[in-house]
Amino acid sequence: MRYSLFALLRQGLMAHRGWTPAWRDAAPKSAYQVIIVGGGGHALATAYYLAKVHGITDVAVLEKGAIGLGNVGRNTTIIRSNYLLPGNLPFYEFSMQLWEGLEQDLNYNAMVSQRGVLNLFHSDAQRDAFVRRGNAMRLHGVDAELLDAAAVRRMLPFLEFDNARFPIQGGLLQRRGGTARHDAVVWGYARAASERGVDIVQNCEVTGFLRAGERICGVQTTRGEIRAETVGVAVAGNSSRVAAMAGLRLPIESHVLQAFVSEAIKPLIPCVVTFGAGHFYISQSDKGGLVFGGDIDGYNSYAQRGNLPTIEDVCAGGMALMPGIGRLRLLRSWGGVMDMSMDGSPIIDRTPLPGLYLNAGWCYGGFKATPASGYCFAHLLARGESHELARAYRLERFASGDLIDEKGQGPQPNLH
Amino acid sequence: MRINCPFCGERDLSEFSYLGDADSAKAIASAAQSEREQIDAVYLRANPAGVHRELWYHAFGCGSWLNVTRDTRTHEIFAVQLSRERTP
Repeated sequence: MRYSLFALLRQGLMAHRGWTPAWRDAAPKSAYQVIIVGGGGHALATAYYLAKVHGITDVAVLEKGAIGLGNVGRNTTIIRSNYLLPGNLPFYEFSMQLWEGLEQDLNYNAMVSQRGVLNLFHSDAQRDAFVRRGNAMRLHGVDAELLDAAAVRRMLPFLEFDNARFPIQGGLLQRRGGTARHDAVVWGYARAASERGVDIVQNCEVTGFLRAGERICGVQTTRGEIRAETVGVAVAGNSSRVAAMAGLRLPIESHVLQAFVSEAIKPLIPCVVTFGAGHFYISQSDKGGLVFGGDIDGYNSYAQRGNLPTIEDVCAGGMALMPGIGRLRLLRSWGGVMDMSMDGSPIIDRTPLPGLYLNAGWCYGGFKATPASGYCFAHLLARGESHELARAYRLERFASGDLIDEKGQGPQPNLH
Repeated sequence: MRINCPFCGERDLSEFSYLGDADSAKAIASAAQSEREQIDAVYLRANPAGVHRELWYHAFGCGSWLNVTRDTRTHEIFAVQLSRERTP
């Protein structure tokens, strides 16, 4: 069923009794051309682009629980492409362009809102770093604007500009950045993939891999064995656990990242704002709640919940930036499990085992990458070679020294 | 999460800083390895969902390096010992 104003009017006349489920909850077949392990945003996007771009529709997406309940439903919904390094910039900019056309492409309202992403700076050195980043972005055709304090004050008059330690000197603004409705991204990709014949199989946990010699030729699941010519793994957060079933060790640690939402208030924050003197980012959802987050907790965790010191640290950052939010009540806080890679950048590559491909290591930037990650992983699964935009995201880059370390922190995952 | 420091007693998480997998730190420090073994020690991790031996530094306490055995699924801590490798 195609969604349109006309469809809505017609359903309105039928008391909305004619709507059908957006996607098909499939039972697994015994064999597929391509299996994608994981049913998150990246996996569903991969399945969609496999069908749409490469014409491969004999595809199963295997999700251990229900789709949309993992990290794709647990993030702060920010989309942007304000990166610095050549390995990252073209990839994330392509993702941004896919976001811009996503709703027309999927015929689904993903509530993509290009409200702008503003990174504040608080010192001369930080200003220089942001000028460099802005120039790198513009050299790659990405929009970037340097704002002085007066321009930031016009946008966000309620910020603490004259903080004695961290005065706001200005900000780097990407106007095309913003937010998208994370759940709708899941549903939109699931619907579009399902319509093209992809099987979305829920409650189907992969428990092992089927091998023919070295080659991976399928998976064992809680719903039986399923064979496939190609197996792609897109299970960020749990990548190490799934890779271990194939006997692989990855350059990844799993860490917990917390996020928060306040009670709903009237429109206050018109864009996404990040605090440069700590780690704090905030936006306001269309329901009115302030959605914010900060650093990961910093220790290995698969718990999907964090500890109080990080909450205190995030809230201290918020209070330093915008003291006016101090009286708001916190509605919810939650945690998601991140694949923190050794250089802070992702992996989209083949593995040493023929037939097995990996999409992992998204750190805490996975949501914004969803469309491009799916596009490039689909290219890899369909053709067996990296898409040119994802060519830097090799598994072997750690051994060859071709790291993509935006923060320059070295192989210490909790610092990226 | 609170860590029971053998010298200071049970202290809040905010006093500690985390380094990572104790076995990896040991492998990085040990000499006489091939290039491939060194690369694997620096970059690859077992990253288990379950019992994990890891190094914590009691930065805002006694300044000791601690070997903590912890469950990464529940954050339950089973044992805390002074790290022999890291003690000068």
